[in-house]
Amino acid sequence: MTIATTTELICFLVLSAVVVFGALGVVLLSNIVYSAFLLGGVFTAVAGLYLLLNASFVAAAQILVYVGAINVLILFAIMLVNKREDLKAIANLGVRRAVSGGVCLGLFALLVRVVVTTPWNLPGPPAVGEEATARIGEHLFTDYLLPFELASVLLLMAMIGAIVLARRDVLAKDVVTGETADQALIEKARTPLLLERRSS
Amino acid sequence: MTDLLSGFPSLQAFLFLAAMLFCIGVWGLINSRNAVRVLMSIELMLNAVNINLMSFSSYVDGDLIRGQVFTVFVITVAAAEAAVGLAILLSLYRNRVTVDMEQFNLLRW
Repeated sequence: MTIATTTELICFLVLSAVVVFGALGVVLLSNIVYSAFLLGGVFTAVAGLYLLLNASFVAAAQILVYVGAINVLILFAIMLVNKREDLKAIANLGVRRAVSGGVCLGLFALLVRVVVTTPWNLPGPPAVGEEATARIGEHLFTDYLLPFELASVLLLMAMIGAIVLARRDVLAKDVVTGETADQALIEKARTPLLLERRSS
Repeated sequence: MTDLLSGFPSLQAFLFLAAMLFCIGVWGLINSRNAVRVLMSIELMLNAVNINLMSFSSYVDGDLIRGQVFTVFVITVAAAEAAVGLAILLSLYRNRVTVDMEQFNLLRW
């Protein structure tokens, strides 16, 4: 083993330990704020794995989009809905967790079997290495041009949809007739609509 | 085993890691009571898929790296999904004043 391989191996082991234990913390910790910060750690470690795979552009995109945008968005959501609530106890919660854990372990065993038994076509063609960013640009503007443009439309739709879903409408007047809106109805719309159903 | 360790980290090591991450994400998706944690589990699963795509692109498809392009698209869709999901969560919280997944049974028969 050369020094380079050993360094790569140590980096891989450390990063995968961070990924696995961070993900377990995200799922298992009771405090959701800790989970959100651990999720940022997991995303960063995955970006490190991409760097190990010689993909600097995707690693940078991972840091920018996941750690910079999605994680911050999740933290904002936690702050907006931050309420300590005592969850109602569920019957057979332990059984439910054990059964779903068994199902997940079975899925893992299945995936491991596929990974081990598939005859991978290795080693593949020589990796492009540092040219990866230029190759991605070529792909995006030649054979993946349509998905690229569709992705921009999708992002626009998602942005408008998120704004429409999250805003709270207060109309001064009726859109159709032009009359001033019934303020009592607006006040009613501000109260939670489905509370009475929950209490029943 | 020597086959696995030669040229480690190999493709298989990355695939094992991705499978583990995916299974943890599935477990969290099923068992979380908090709706925000469900969204986090979905992000974990998407990251597992991304690791798979990246390792395939590096080990099997080294000259065309189509997997990296797909990863970029998956990251884009994940960003859109997170934005819409959290907006839905906010409006749900406004109407129900809870984030407990067991209370969101409006569409149940």
